[in-house]
Amino acid sequence: MCSNDRGVFPSADLQRVLDLLRAKGYRVIGPTLHDGAVVWDTIVRVSDLPIGWRDRQEPGRYRLEQTGTDEIFGVVHGPQSLKPFVFAPREPLLHIERTQKGFSVRPQLPAPEKIALLGARPCDVAGLAIQDQIFLKGSYPDPHYARRRQGLFVIAVNCTRALPTCFCRSMGTGPRAPTGCDLALTELDDLMLVEAGSQAGRDLLSELPLQPTSEAIQVEAAKRIDACAESQTRLQGQAALPRALYDAHDSQRWDDAASRCLACTNCTMVCPTCFCHTVEDRSTLDGQHTERTRRWDSCFTHEHGYIHGKNIRPTIKDRYRMWLTHKFAAWHDQFGMSGCVGCGRCITWCPVGIDVREEISAVLTSDGQPSLARSPERL
Amino acid sequence: MTNPHIVHAATIVEKVRETADIHTYRLRINDEDERQSYRFAAGQFNMVYLFGVGEVAISIVSDPEDPETLDHTIRAVGRVTTAIARLEVGDGVGIRGPFGRGWPLDEAQGRDVVIVTGGLGCAPVVGAIEYIFRRRDRYGAVKILHGVKTPEDLVFHERFERWERQPDTEVLLTSDRPGKLWRYHVGVVTELFEMVSFDPFRTVVLMCGPEIMMRVGVPILLRRGLPATSVYVSLERHMECGIGLCGHCQMGPYFVCKDGPVMRYDRIAPWLGRPGI
Repeated sequence: MCSNDRGVFPSADLQRVLDLLRAKGYRVIGPTLHDGAVVWDTIVRVSDLPIGWRDRQEPGRYRLEQTGTDEIFGVVHGPQSLKPFVFAPREPLLHIERTQKGFSVRPQLPAPEKIALLGARPCDVAGLAIQDQIFLKGSYPDPHYARRRQGLFVIAVNCTRALPTCFCRSMGTGPRAPTGCDLALTELDDLMLVEAGSQAGRDLLSELPLQPTSEAIQVEAAKRIDACAESQTRLQGQAALPRALYDAHDSQRWDDAASRCLACTNCTMVCPTCFCHTVEDRSTLDGQHTERTRRWDSCFTHEHGYIHGKNIRPTIKDRYRMWLTHKFAAWHDQFGMSGCVGCGRCITWCPVGIDVREEISAVLTSDGQPSLARSPERL
Repeated sequence: MTNPHIVHAATIVEKVRETADIHTYRLRINDEDERQSYRFAAGQFNMVYLFGVGEVAISIVSDPEDPETLDHTIRAVGRVTTAIARLEVGDGVGIRGPFGRGWPLDEAQGRDVVIVTGGLGCAPVVGAIEYIFRRRDRYGAVKILHGVKTPEDLVFHERFERWERQPDTEVLLTSDRPGKLWRYHVGVVTELFEMVSFDPFRTVVLMCGPEIMMRVGVPILLRRGLPATSVYVSLERHMECGIGLCGHCQMGPYFVCKDGPVMRYDRIAPWLGRPGI
């Protein structure tokens, strides 16, 4: 079988894909080794990728180790999702200049750039779709996000190995790439199965010297992806969410989580979907110019719930409950989907190893008195 | 795609002193095209910007049928509002907006309106009251119940006296603490509920003030047969973007800036006045 939407090529030929993307004007970005973690960076050669490395992740711990194999995509993921490429950590919004009569405003839209992301995981493709929903499909589409998103070409890699922190299967986001990516690869030792997910992806495939895939190759890929799904720890009590979380407002488990949580904001910084940001105005010393910038914020900061002299969420308990309830309950009401993709980064990068799966099941089983579900008629 | 981040330059054309630290600023958008295309609904707000200082969410209290100028009543409490208080006629500010959802003044037409306000946070409802009185014949009986902590906290004194003289209108004031010249009720605002009669099936209640007042007060009204869907409350949360993106103003499943600041009581009731929400 050989169609223009799937095929195979020798893993050693991945360089052809890079070269083709570069020839089409893309800056190719892929996972690279940096300071003991995998981070996104510009790549030119396949050898820039962490070939022969794997990551070990568990609550509060991230380590890389060499395997001595030629595996290209052995590392599942690093601390960064795709979020920084579309919702920039710092995004200049406006340049405002003082004039004789007042001020003039100049929008600061990012320059259009074609970026090909090679090696995005299915959970991150799902995270990107959630960010699209927030920044592009609401009442006020964000032109900055739109500009960055427009130039993005996403090449996902289906997962054939799950980490102890992974729970994409429970969230329905993996380990097979959902729709929304341009190409999806499955690494089968020395063979790479490639499937197109968009017209741009099909166009690219038509220019690659692909071999036809076979029933046996498809079955093998499915088998490995299914095994990856099977090996994951499930998130318990999913069906009861989000109602059960609203009801658990007074659960004592929140105190327990708060006694461990440092409110360091790590979980929100590594989260593929967290969108909170703050807007800063910085003026030059001569008072003539102001730069308005938005930068990532976190609901764990003291300032997040501040309103004239009082903090709506003064305790870490309030903020942890806010974060978790938002992700797994309020998000459904706001955007019609969960705010979690099951990537497990908040578990790995939590310095004290708080596992959101444990917290949810504990909150749901501890004897928190139902409260938020009460209808006003019965108040 | 229109850019919701852009700040539009405006000029203060009038500044009216309400009290020592509260002023009403009448703003006019500088650019004629922007001014012509600017429309708002009663109860919406603008992000008001002062160059080099910052931005703050302020409700528009003037009439939506006259969007040529926009009135904002601002109390000097924080960094930005204190700086705004130093501005005079002719000075420039910026606005982004209008944002949010306001009072259900269309839906309230033909019905009686009970307005309950507490403390100093009554500015957002002043625009609604003036809106109703400019169209007096379209509404039924109007009852304004207003509570303050001490007699000195009563602002808009002249307005209350003017409203009291309107046809088919009752104004009831109360103070938690008594004062020498206080000739009104002494006690919390919910005590005023006992002093007014209303037909639960043809009344709309608009409420503005501390959340605890709403949490305690609304159930008292509901026990008199008022449907929870006839009560609207105006909420306050930290806002930065005004467009439901920055995340700060969340209250349960809602973004106060986008889904509010005025919300129907039955929707927000489970989250109202609860610590940590």
